[in-house]
Amino acid sequence: MAEQEKILEIKNLVFTFKTYGGEVKAVRDVSFDVRQGEVLGIVGESGCGKSVTAQCILRLNPEPPGFFEGGEILYKGQDILKMDNKAIRKIRGREIGFVFQDPMTSLNPTMRVGAQIEEVFLGRTDVTKAEVKERALEIMKLVGISDVEKRYKQYPHELSGGMKQRVMIAIALVSKPSVIICDEPTTSLDVTIEAQILELLLELREKLGTSIIMITHDLGVIAKICDRVVVMYGGKIVEKGTADEIYYETSHPYTRGLMTSIARLDTNRGDKLTPIEGTPPDLFSPPVGCPFAARCDYCMDVCNQYPPEQYMLSDEHMTVCWLQHEMAPDTEFRRTKGEAK
Amino acid sequence: MTKYVIKRVIAAILTLWALVTIVFFLVRLMPGQPFTSPKLPPQVAQNLMKYYGFDKPLIVQYLQYMGNLLHGDFGFSMKYTNKTVNYIIGQTFPFSADLGIRALCLAISFGLVLGILAARKRGTKIDFFCVIIAIVGTSIPDFIMGALLQYFFGIKWGLLPVAQYKGFEYTILPATALAFYTLASVSRIMRASMLEVTSQDYIKTARSKGLSELRITAKHQIRNAIMPVMTMLGPTVAAVLTGTFVIEAIFAIPGMGKYYVQSVNDNDYSMILGMTLFYGVFLVTANLIVDILYGFADPRVRIGRK
Repeated sequence: MAEQEKILEIKNLVFTFKTYGGEVKAVRDVSFDVRQGEVLGIVGESGCGKSVTAQCILRLNPEPPGFFEGGEILYKGQDILKMDNKAIRKIRGREIGFVFQDPMTSLNPTMRVGAQIEEVFLGRTDVTKAEVKERALEIMKLVGISDVEKRYKQYPHELSGGMKQRVMIAIALVSKPSVIICDEPTTSLDVTIEAQILELLLELREKLGTSIIMITHDLGVIAKICDRVVVMYGGKIVEKGTADEIYYETSHPYTRGLMTSIARLDTNRGDKLTPIEGTPPDLFSPPVGCPFAARCDYCMDVCNQYPPEQYMLSDEHMTVCWLQHEMAPDTEFRRTKGEAK
Repeated sequence: MTKYVIKRVIAAILTLWALVTIVFFLVRLMPGQPFTSPKLPPQVAQNLMKYYGFDKPLIVQYLQYMGNLLHGDFGFSMKYTNKTVNYIIGQTFPFSADLGIRALCLAISFGLVLGILAARKRGTKIDFFCVIIAIVGTSIPDFIMGALLQYFFGIKWGLLPVAQYKGFEYTILPATALAFYTLASVSRIMRASMLEVTSQDYIKTARSKGLSELRITAKHQIRNAIMPVMTMLGPTVAAVLTGTFVIEAIFAIPGMGKYYVQSVNDNDYSMILGMTLFYGVFLVTANLIVDILYGFADPRVRIGRK
């Protein structure tokens, strides 16, 4: 892949929620970047911090109780974390769109669909009312909503789930942002609609050149559309790389665990899925060593005591696991001679 | 829509008919009778009973009463024997309604503003202040509130008149006293409802569009939060408009409330019936209006348009 412009860079992000029970360290030192026109997948099970990370980018997490303990989020070179509210509002919707998980509850039930799409342009002086309506209708057509003039005047409860998600995508896209963040956009939809929505996202990327951050726990979705993948666990990145590297040169036991726990068409009847035993770590007091150690079949003594180092396996492929160390026993995950980054 | 309204109006009429019928028979089960004053010579009492038709079978009395009702005639009062119930309502209701409308305006406007402010500034001093008002308002009974207002504003500081109803300055204290409870409940319900809406997904969507907090509150929160307040307002409007005995008594306002309460003590059958029905009409109408307004606030409960 050619060298592309980095449009969004997240560096050493640490985000914590203060609660009565103590501090929840939801995002712990996460770094990745998003490039022009690519689809970046962030994958991990529930509670791994992927949604919080995504919402940090637009500062949509409630602050307080949440707060940034450190890090930078550079959008086109500017640090979003240093911006005041007014500046962030200009980025939201206009520069970066957001598609939420549940289309059933993410649209205002008392507003017409058209008005909800047009709201993105509110307060902008560079477009007239007529232009805004035209843009709204145009984007509705583009995301595959039929009979747009009629839909424009309808309320969300008059639309099906798939239609609502299309409206959500229309809201995220109407202002032609450079990035759209999709937080599990297909989780609450059935599989046929899911395929349509994913198809649509890819098509829109082609047409508009938008970068997409796709957050999901579904490796199937990742395989279908992502160029690069970030695997998160316990608020940290455990592996990242191109989609091919993640699938064919898996170098972290957690990523492997995610893959073996999904059902496949070529699985024989009667074969059992292999789940990852146990539950994700308690982020009130995250483990000192590797967050995955407690559930890992390959766990060594060092894993419980020291956080693993980062190993670069290729230009893109990075893994955070002691198994890559030169003194570690040889396993199927070994991809290096063992030099840490 | 028209079909819905017609259906609801028919239901309302049936409700009112049931109300009158039940009350008609119930009042006759009350101990005592209308003309039992010991000062009344027995012959006179008997004549009165005959005059009002009490010598006839109950069912005949009922049919007669219903027949009169159809002409909008509530009959003569049994206490104020030379006045009709219609006349008494006509004389007293304007005072109750005037006071009630003032109180309602006060309660709804301030209640909503306080509730919205409290929710937006959650956890701050403003929120604390609003919560205190809500607690005080819902826990202090209106007769104490009325007396307190009279004592401070009327007697101690001499700012406002404490009784009667003869002009704008006379209305301030009773309207405030009457409004306070409703105001407090409105603000409490609005605050809770706003906070619930704040955590909804569509508020996050609104935020992700880059809208200002003001726009989010005005356009996305309030309309979704106002339903529970509307539900509660239906019966409240009826109760406040038709007069409250306590406030009218404390402030010496010639409203309906006093007559309503008194009629029960007097066994004034026609008065009890007339006022109950009058109150019932208000309650049913207020609820009907609220139901129709629901549709305006929330398109999901709008009934087949066109």
